[in-house]
Amino acid sequence: MSGPMVAARALTKRFGAFVAVDGVDFEIEPGEAFGFLGPNGAGKTSTMRMIGCVSPRTAGELHVLGLDPAHDGPDIRARLGVVPQEDNLDTELTVWDNLMIYGRYFDLPRAEIRERAAELLEFVNLSDRRDSRVDPLSGGMKRRLTIARSLLNRPELLLLDEPTTGLDPQARHLLWDRLYQLKRSGVTLVLTTHYMDEAEQLCDRLVIMDNARIVAEGSPRRLIADNVTREVVEVRLPIEADLDFEAARLKRFGDRIEPLADRVLLYTDDGDATAAAIMSEGFEAGSVLVRRASLEDVFLILTGRSLED
Amino acid sequence: MSTPPVLRIVEREALVFARLWRGIAFSTFVAPALFLGAIGVGLGGLVKAHTGAVDGLTYLDFVAPGLLVASAMQLAASESLWPVLGGVKWMRQFHGVVATPISPGQLYGGFVLWTALRSMLGAAAFLLVAALLGAVPSAWGVLAIPAAGLCSAAFCALLAAYSIKLDSDLSFPMIMRLGVLPLFLFSGTFFPVSQLPSGLRPLALFSPLWHGVELARDATTGTFDVAPVLAHIAVLVACIAVGASFGVRRFSRRLSP
Amino acid sequence: MTATLRILPFLSWRRRPWRLVERNVLAYRRIWYIFLSGFAEPLLFLLSIGVGVGKLVGDLHVGGHLVEYRTFVAPGLLAIAAMNGSLLDTTFNFFVKMKYSHTYDGVLASPLTPRDVAVGEITWALLRGAAYSAAFLLTMLAFGDLRSWWSLLALPGAVLIGFGFAGVGLAATTFMRSFVDFDYVNMAMIPLFLFSATFFPLARYPAGLQAVIRFTPLYQGVVLERSFVIGDLHWTLLANAAYLVAMGVIGLRIASRRIGLLLQP
Ligand SMILES: Nc1ncnc2c1ncn2[C@@H]1O[C@H](COP(=O)(O)OP(=O)(O)OP(=O)(O)O)[C@@H](O)[C@H]1O
Ligand SMILES: [Mg+2]
Repeated sequence: MSGPMVAARALTKRFGAFVAVDGVDFEIEPGEAFGFLGPNGAGKTSTMRMIGCVSPRTAGELHVLGLDPAHDGPDIRARLGVVPQEDNLDTELTVWDNLMIYGRYFDLPRAEIRERAAELLEFVNLSDRRDSRVDPLSGGMKRRLTIARSLLNRPELLLLDEPTTGLDPQARHLLWDRLYQLKRSGVTLVLTTHYMDEAEQLCDRLVIMDNARIVAEGSPRRLIADNVTREVVEVRLPIEADLDFEAARLKRFGDRIEPLADRVLLYTDDGDATAAAIMSEGFEAGSVLVRRASLEDVFLILTGRSLED
Repeated sequence: MSTPPVLRIVEREALVFARLWRGIAFSTFVAPALFLGAIGVGLGGLVKAHTGAVDGLTYLDFVAPGLLVASAMQLAASESLWPVLGGVKWMRQFHGVVATPISPGQLYGGFVLWTALRSMLGAAAFLLVAALLGAVPSAWGVLAIPAAGLCSAAFCALLAAYSIKLDSDLSFPMIMRLGVLPLFLFSGTFFPVSQLPSGLRPLALFSPLWHGVELARDATTGTFDVAPVLAHIAVLVACIAVGASFGVRRFSRRLSP
Repeated sequence: MTATLRILPFLSWRRRPWRLVERNVLAYRRIWYIFLSGFAEPLLFLLSIGVGVGKLVGDLHVGGHLVEYRTFVAPGLLAIAAMNGSLLDTTFNFFVKMKYSHTYDGVLASPLTPRDVAVGEITWALLRGAAYSAAFLLTMLAFGDLRSWWSLLALPGAVLIGFGFAGVGLAATTFMRSFVDFDYVNMAMIPLFLFSATFFPLARYPAGLQAVIRFTPLYQGVVLERSFVIGDLHWTLLANAAYLVAMGVIGLRIASRRIGLLLQP
């Protein structure tokens, strides 16, 4: 296939009168890792579900693997792997049977599923739990099993909706590592996340969604370069400080400032110089920190919200 | 003056009951009337044409107390399985209850008491319908209501003590199909146990339902001897005692370990 | 003809709905004893009502034959069992899988469609029901209650009853919001169970009620089974069968659409 893996034009999803996805455009190229970033309720899952052909679009155009989900749902889904936001493992079955039956849903021959399932359990470090039921597994184990399940049919396109939410740091890094491997083997990845580091680590390109729309698009580096200064100075304020007053006082030091609950961010191209100037104003050295601008800042500037809330 | 804890449980269950009245009204009042109409009157007509009397009674008179106590048993059984496991495992409202000054044992007691009361309410409705159909020849018949309550309490005491210990509901369909259903069908409810093959007949002695049905039948017909009545009551009370000795302990162990 | 053409490819094991049957087989492999206990239920009824109460009732005239009560009531019990089994699978069990276990969310991310889910679950309910019905029919045979070679049709008849109720059950379940709504299932089932000429002949009902009963769903099944077993066939049986087919087909239609709406919003 030569065209894009996913192409959306003016893609829209409404639930009754409520607009969850409001005319978004994007294209996802073969072999790329593409991210949707956005706060709660931005419309990421709704978009992912339309791509996964489990939610009909209300308006606009959508092509997945060159096909139209409205007509070719089963054919498209046969070539997708899906890790939904909420695990939906089959709780009446064991770990192993979950994989076996899922392979059968894709009409794979049993011998092939057995071989593949053993590999994948190894891949997600769950081989020792293969005869366990799903219920008693920990949240992270269920997540890993869901990921293993999504890979059974050797998907060309893998949809991951917040794949690492609920994983401990070690499991998270393990998963990133696995996703790199998949990407290297040519699988196209589409993921949503709340974690900036995850987006920066994994995504070649991403879009930031807010309020059902796409507000920015590009590589993580491009997004930072286009929207933020190179460096950020964080000034931590004592609890009793008057935030508005301090913000007004700090305003002249940066190109732009963002007051948060307990600190003020100053965007500047020369962090050290700005920090020095601030400290000469009587701010304590320990409360002033210089760092490089990140996606977090892009997000804050574009949506007016920090990601974690 | 404060309400005794056991009654507070009854109060809580009564609130739940009020929300579900439609289904409960059906199973308490309508379903028994339908059973009585179909089995007692409809099928009874056929029996009358062929056999005449069953144990000296019309089939309607025979079967009415049977169905009355059998529905008390079924209510007790279904209330003591899924809802008990649900209370401790799925909805977990039992944990909420024992976080108040109410103890697990009192929760158990209140639960059994409430189930018995509900069964008696059902039995009263049933008796009314039965009386209207002429199936309650004696005024002693009102005593069928406590008989049903006693039988219901016996099942509830035993089964709730069983369910509280479990982790899954896999055994419940088996209990209903291989325990409750055979009791329902063979405890002298639909035909006299004297018709059972002689080898199986003594098994009826082990059926709490049979004791309950016999008691209720003695009441509705008003013909009884004191000794067997006392024996039936003793057996049912013994069931409750055995259930309670396990139930109080197990509720405590599960809910406040 | 077109109907056969549409059904034949379905019989192929490669068709997607069968994957759901496979899933249920896997799920029941661990709880085979629950599956087995399903055989007991209709047999216990046959022993209690057919044999026990039968002794009190004696013989009955049915379609010009004088038969024992057991022979009369057994096909009714068969029809009841077919209804109960198929409703259990398509109402309660289906509801739990759809609303609580979210089993179908995972299924629908694969190539399977909502219609595959509906057809698959109905197929499963029918296969399971057929196994129980077959065992029941063998017991009837042992009792000498199969009076005619037409009894061979009693098994497909039971499957047809299952199909009718499975379609309606599945469709109704898609409208249920919580377990409280299952009270309505009981409110429908108990009157059908008792008043479908199951336990005593239609002629014994008051005339007004007779007319109503002729149009109720389980009655259609009871008439079919009783006619097959006793060997008393009329052309009107085709109407009874058509009634059940219509229930199943319409139910399946509604269910497929509603499952799509509910699970793929
Ligand atoms: N089935 C539905 N019916 C009605 N509204 C819905 C439905 N699904 C989602 N929504 C609404 O659409 C909006 C977008 O939801 P969506 O799940 O796509 O957000 P999200 O970006 O994935 O958020 P999160 O980060 O919390 O997962 C929300 O306001 C949500 O309430
Ligand atoms: Mg989401």
